[in-house]
Amino acid sequence: MKPVKFKIDGRVCTAEKGQNLIEAAKANGIFIPTLCYFKHLNPLGSCRICTVKNNGRPIAGCTLNVDEGMDIEVNSAELLDLRKAILEMMFVEGNHFCPSCEKSGDCEMQNLGYETGIRYARFPHLFVDRVVDARPERIVVNQNRCIKCKRCIEEIKTNDGHKVFHLTQRGNRTMVSVDYEQEAKLSEQQAEHAMHICPTGSILVKGKTFGKPFGDRQFDYAKANTNIPLTDLKKHVNKNKKKKRVATASLAGCFGCHMSMLDIDLGILDLVDIVEFDKSPLTDYKKFNERCDIGLIEGGCCNTDNIEVLRKFRKNCDILISVGECAIWGGVPAIRNTLPLEDCLKEAYIDSLTSEENETVIPNHEDIPKILDKVYCNHDVVKIDYHIPGCPPNANHIWNVVKNILFEEDYSITYPEFKYD
Amino acid sequence: MDRTHLLNELWEYQLKFGYISEKAISRISKKLKVSIVEVESVTTFYHFFHQKPTGKFIVYLNNSIISDIKGHEAVKAAFEKETGSTFNEYGDNEFSLFDTSCIGMSDQEPAALINFQPFTDLTPKKVKGIIDSLKNDENVKDIASKTKSKIQYHPEGDKAIIFRSYEMGKSIREGIKYSPDEIVDKISKAKLLGLGGAFFPVGYKWNSCKNNEADTKYIICNADEGEPGTFKDRALLQYLPGLVIEGMVLAGYATGAKEGIIYLRAEYQYFKKRLEGLLEEFRKTKLLGKDILGVKDFDFDIRIQLGAGSYVCGAASALIESLEGRRGEPPVRTWSATKHGFRHKPTVVNNVETLAYASRIIELGEDHFLSLGTEESPGTKLISISGDVAKPGIYEIEYGTPIIDMLGIEMSQATSPYFIQVSGPSGECINNTEFNRRICKEDIMCGGSFMVFNRTRDLLNILRNFMEFFKEESCGVCTPCRAGNYILNEKVKKMQRGLASQEDIKEIKQWGNIIKLSSRCGLGKSSPNSLIYAVEKFKDYFNLKIPPTNEFLNVEFDMQDAVQEFDSFIKDTQPELDK
Ligand SMILES: Cc1cc2nc3c(=O)[nH]c(=O)nc-3n(C[C@H](O)[C@H](O)[C@H](O)COP(=O)(O)O)c2cc1C
Ligand code: SF4
Ligand code: SF4
Ligand code: SF4
Repeated sequence: MKPVKFKIDGRVCTAEKGQNLIEAAKANGIFIPTLCYFKHLNPLGSCRICTVKNNGRPIAGCTLNVDEGMDIEVNSAELLDLRKAILEMMFVEGNHFCPSCEKSGDCEMQNLGYETGIRYARFPHLFVDRVVDARPERIVVNQNRCIKCKRCIEEIKTNDGHKVFHLTQRGNRTMVSVDYEQEAKLSEQQAEHAMHICPTGSILVKGKTFGKPFGDRQFDYAKANTNIPLTDLKKHVNKNKKKKRVATASLAGCFGCHMSMLDIDLGILDLVDIVEFDKSPLTDYKKFNERCDIGLIEGGCCNTDNIEVLRKFRKNCDILISVGECAIWGGVPAIRNTLPLEDCLKEAYIDSLTSEENETVIPNHEDIPKILDKVYCNHDVVKIDYHIPGCPPNANHIWNVVKNILFEEDYSITYPEFKYD
Repeated sequence: MDRTHLLNELWEYQLKFGYISEKAISRISKKLKVSIVEVESVTTFYHFFHQKPTGKFIVYLNNSIISDIKGHEAVKAAFEKETGSTFNEYGDNEFSLFDTSCIGMSDQEPAALINFQPFTDLTPKKVKGIIDSLKNDENVKDIASKTKSKIQYHPEGDKAIIFRSYEMGKSIREGIKYSPDEIVDKISKAKLLGLGGAFFPVGYKWNSCKNNEADTKYIICNADEGEPGTFKDRALLQYLPGLVIEGMVLAGYATGAKEGIIYLRAEYQYFKKRLEGLLEEFRKTKLLGKDILGVKDFDFDIRIQLGAGSYVCGAASALIESLEGRRGEPPVRTWSATKHGFRHKPTVVNNVETLAYASRIIELGEDHFLSLGTEESPGTKLISISGDVAKPGIYEIEYGTPIIDMLGIEMSQATSPYFIQVSGPSGECINNTEFNRRICKEDIMCGGSFMVFNRTRDLLNILRNFMEFFKEESCGVCTPCRAGNYILNEKVKKMQRGLASQEDIKEIKQWGNIIKLSSRCGLGKSSPNSLIYAVEKFKDYFNLKIPPTNEFLNVEFDMQDAVQEFDSFIKDTQPELDK
């Protein structure tokens, strides 16, 4: 094969004629993210993350073979945003509860989320009830996490060449189904191979975990024990000026984000030199005393009281920030969103193991808030100015963001500071 | 068994037993030597294949927007009332009712297929009559409707190209006077464009198939006509099927292909037998088969392959997948069908109408064709007009005809037209400042669907119908189309509930563009079009629908609506305290 010259984002590259663009770019030091592309498999072209422009025409990079004179656009603002958007679509289409996912920390999709800097999904979460199929002999397929990349379909075959996985249904109901008969023929090793090539936590092998323990994350840059410093609080101390006012609230959350806010140890002493807390569980003020500069909201809205509190915050705060996954898109409480409300409440209050027959009732009184049909994220209800992702976000990270917003400093969130899980 | 027979095999079970049982799937998988899930992947893809037992009568009621504005809701209710079954729930031993995408009957809506026999211009009263007759064991076929569309217009006298007298075999007889090269040349000179929606030059396609050397080549007639609102291919296959067959034979002659396949959408199977009868007649008169009209080695034969209910299978590459017995997922291809098409052999896929025009061009000569229409798009074009017009039906118009004429007294007689959807949901909408635009390559092309809506029609309802269609018909293989169309549909729902803001309008355009840029095939690349165009072209309407921003920066949120579910069941769960 003879070498050809082509351009990526204006830079002249060389590769063998006909080489796959993803590989060719890599050889020239340019990374094009992908989720379905997998070494020897034919280009699957299903995830569309690698969309590039070839002489101005959009095309999935993995389906392109380089040729002389090609002018390829990879990292333009438009394409970077497009890649992020497709990934966000995957997040909202499935039900990705990273904190409770076996693959978390070893997940290609999650990693790409970090890589592209997703803070929140621009799209509404769809909360479709999806199947978890534990019927196969060795594996469990969790459709909540499957992105239909087709890797497993093309790669996993029995020794006599039969497919084990295949797409069934169509449209948004499309899913990966397992052939029980063929699956039973897989060796332990083949089953584990399936688990590992899956770019998400959709295929799991019963009784197996991922080699790397939690906490030692393949995709983290930072070493586990180096903390993000909370910097330069002192320089903002100004006795003559009025302190900035901060209010906080915990809606449908677990108070974990509030615990995290307190997790800055002695830093809190510096913090109270520059800010004054208004309405907040930290002060136990029930009402707003004055208008606030910033409101920090943990948790989303699961009942009418949450809505009212949130609206009050919007009315009384200049800037409103959603802190943590529950505030940003519903998070753990939103696990119920795929099920009818009635079923959830019955399960919780009437049919649960600890409730006695005819003795329990679903709480309902004019003094207690009504439960909403689903858990709503905060930006469904009021305008939210910023989002701090994490479950919970790191303490110093939260206050760094608050500080930088309050004092209008530039602040870019670096890779290791992101944590969705 | 050859995989290419899979669809037929599945049809046999479906038609015989009303569904395809696990046992049947297992049996087929053994025959094909593939895993069970592979057969399931195909059966679950197609709308007309069922995994669960169905009733003796299966009703497919069209839920397209035209059906909707012509009284779909009442007809649907009547079906449920008369049969006692509920739509999309499999019903009882007698009746199963299902929604279905456009069945190519937009000039006679609401329409339904019952055991694949057509029933048109339905009213609740008519439904009652039909169901009563069926309960009385009358034959479905005997009580089915006549479906031939009205040919409402064609150029006068000798000018018409399609709707003029037809003499069987005339085009082929004329064609064999020329060499294959000359045939391709004539088609190229006539500048004939593909009429299935992509408007690709036909001469170029035939030529490249001709030049690609191979032992076997195929001509495929795309009769999948799935774009809602179009029915011109059906009309052609009912009025002038011979013209289409001759077009295929000529394409075979020109390219060296010896086998032709008509991929007929399942919705049209009620005239499949008639088509087969005609093919037999062609064979008898030496217009098909070996040594056609005595020309040595000019062999060509045609078979009909039935689709099974999938819009995306109208896309040429997905159609080939379907023919090969797979899911209709448009494949990732770095080559064209004219090089590696059906069974990996050079293949021409042409639309029904394209092939009919090819026949006429050979029969009448390219000069006749070139004398009509515009510079870039000569000749005439078939348009299916439906909606709020007095005269729905088929129109053979000369390219260059202004839309205003098509709406006028001479043609369709539209009543206060407001929103016109040209080329179906994947096409472009037109507002009343654009009625002077002309149907031609130089201005706006029309694939065949031309739907007219008057001022009383709710625009959001129309757009919702389109998005539901794409959501249902996406093949599901690529993320932006599978998830994106669902998401856009949610946006339309949000607007319908009155909760949208200007921000949502902006997002529709941005998100729509992302879907268009990154989707794998034409479906996703065009599905956001109608929405994007509509918010641009009907600003007044959307401004009325969108409330102004409020001072507290509250996003529109309907708390009453959000607690409705709780309120509706909570009372029944409470012990009766006051007793
Ligand atoms: C989603 C989709 C649906 C299509 N449906 C049809 C169809 O129903 N009938 C048709 O002839 N072409 C359809 N096409 C266009 C075909 O891909 C192809 O361009 C056409 O059959 C080629 O024939 P022509 O050049 O004669 O038009 C569709 C394309 C797409 C992307
Ligand atoms: S770890 Fe990966 S698969 Fe698991 S929930 Fe998170 S993104 Fe989804
Ligand atoms: S199960 Fe995993 S490998 Fe298979 S399609 Fe889904 S995400 Fe891809
Ligand atoms: S754009 Fe839609 S129909 Fe086309 S390949 Fe992608 S998912 Fe399938």
